[in-house]
Amino acid sequence: MTRYFTEDHEWIDVDGDSATVGITHYAQSQLGDIVFAEVPTAGATLKKGGDAAVVESVKAASDVYAPVSGTVIEGNNALEGDPALVNSDPEGEGWFFKLTLSDSSELDSLMDAAAYQAFVDGL
Amino acid sequence: MNSINQSGWKPEMGNAGDTAPATYTGNKALMLEEALIFEIGTAGTTGVDLADAPQVASRLGNLERHRDIGLPGLSEPETVRHYTRLSRQNYAIDLGFFPLGSCTMKHNPRLNEKVARMAGFADVHPLQPVETVQGAFAVIHELAHWLVTLTGMKAVAMSPKAGAHGELCGILAIRAALTARGDARSVILCPESAHGTNPATAAFAGYAVENIPATSEGRVDLAALKARLGPDVAGVMITNPNTCGLFERDMREISDAVHAAGGYVYCDGANFNAIVGRVRPGDLGVDAMHINLHKTFSTPHGGGGPGSGPVVLSEALAPYAPLPFVDKDKDHYRLVEEETAGEHHGSSFGRMVAFHGQMGMFTRALSYIMSHGADGLRQVAEDAVLNANYILRSLEDVLEAPFAHSGPCMHEALFSDNGLAEGFSTLDIAKGLIDEGYHPMTVYFPLVVHGAMLVEPTETESKATLDQFIGALGRVAERAKAGDPSLKSAPHYAPRRRLDETQAARKPVLVWREPEQAVAAE
Repeated sequence: MTRYFTEDHEWIDVDGDSATVGITHYAQSQLGDIVFAEVPTAGATLKKGGDAAVVESVKAASDVYAPVSGTVIEGNNALEGDPALVNSDPEGEGWFFKLTLSDSSELDSLMDAAAYQAFVDGL
Repeated sequence: MNSINQSGWKPEMGNAGDTAPATYTGNKALMLEEALIFEIGTAGTTGVDLADAPQVASRLGNLERHRDIGLPGLSEPETVRHYTRLSRQNYAIDLGFFPLGSCTMKHNPRLNEKVARMAGFADVHPLQPVETVQGAFAVIHELAHWLVTLTGMKAVAMSPKAGAHGELCGILAIRAALTARGDARSVILCPESAHGTNPATAAFAGYAVENIPATSEGRVDLAALKARLGPDVAGVMITNPNTCGLFERDMREISDAVHAAGGYVYCDGANFNAIVGRVRPGDLGVDAMHINLHKTFSTPHGGGGPGSGPVVLSEALAPYAPLPFVDKDKDHYRLVEEETAGEHHGSSFGRMVAFHGQMGMFTRALSYIMSHGADGLRQVAEDAVLNANYILRSLEDVLEAPFAHSGPCMHEALFSDNGLAEGFSTLDIAKGLIDEGYHPMTVYFPLVVHGAMLVEPTETESKATLDQFIGALGRVAERAKAGDPSLKSAPHYAPRRRLDETQAARKPVLVWREPEQAVAAE
């Protein structure tokens, strides 16, 4: 399993042709207390860089973008009742959705952990 | 000696120190605790005696209500006291300086209120025969004349009910003009420094919205805007002065470029109060702009009354103005509607509202305009800008002012949270200001500035008022920079302490329930 990151602060864990997506620890710390999350439903088709989910903190509403194109396998319904999971465990229990990749070459444009850390340090 | 001090009255200061005992009622003298209206009174009590309802056959079927609806039971004096007591916990423009500025409320001159309450204006009905409301029509016509004159535009649509409604009117006029020439354009450009309602309006009217970045100066990136123009761009929506409190000095060049590319220029005129009497948007190439009568021309809004957003239109867009509007033939005013639009107004895009607009706002706005006169309106803009610059320069050594290097601000002074102690934020400063007796300024907007604090003093505040506010905000800011822990728990002196906004958003309680039901619902 390999983890990649985007400049929009999503992470994606890739396992074969399926993957899990969420927002990074840095993203949740910038947003503050998360009060609402809307995740895509199974079967939805996502395009790389397109809107995939919505996350709201007390003050800001943000779109979560699809790091790669694909078809949604499952949204994390646990976030509906407990959006605070995104704060407490953003890169684990607070995942947003799982999808099947339609073009794994799209991963080439993403960052690895070290590159993302350097990117965040530069912000 | 029995006649000496017979009453026993002998003033004493006491020596019990500062410890304040808890009171039986929870009230603290004039600071009153007030329960919810559902928690006071006695069920069945009413302020009026009504005869029992007659017995009628119900036609409600299974929609009929089976249990009492649980209205609060209060007499008239109890009801009056409840709301009056609550109102004492409110902060209002009539109580003190409001750094939110005209976005929420600036001073509402009492003359406006007197004029609006005159029977000939207050008691008219929009369906009255035209002959009986000639005076009211004269007000609309006269106000329209002032608005087109002050903006240097061709026409004005008076009916839109507020700023965003006016934006929609302007965008619909642009769409009608494009449709009339068979030009199906699909994109509206909105700079980052525009009001948030602009992209919302464009999307509501069916356009795709694209963002234009701001420069480090806080203004529209002219090169980026020009690079994006093309045959698919219907127009741009620019707020001027913008939300960073700056005048878009490239406006004329922007307009020329947009026009050359076949598009139209919408200007968000919410901040017209900073330039009224000094700048005519028509001279800047604007095609449509709404004017918030409830901001620039001081009419009450928010909790105090409705908005009103007339839209001035350029020669190019004037033919598409919505109906109805007031026209004048010699000495007679008439209402131009669908049946009477005829060949001169046949290309109107339709109707925004049922009737003529917000009459109560028209009378107040015209009172404000006529009591100031042309020179007075110019001074309104000058004083609003002077006051904001006084605040900006007085506090730029205490708080970071991200665009202070861009030159003078317009009617709003903008600060950021840069330089506060670790763990301290704009929110803490806002809460600290409550303890100082002020409603906080606009916070966390505009979005382009981190921890934004946007102060709009308006033209009515005296130097003494501004000096006291500058002292208070400066003091609270110093505490935030020094990391004063007592600021993290502010407000200390408000009727309620700091509210848990996270919990309120995650588990909102929107409906009052009787305690036993609330327990059952948990």
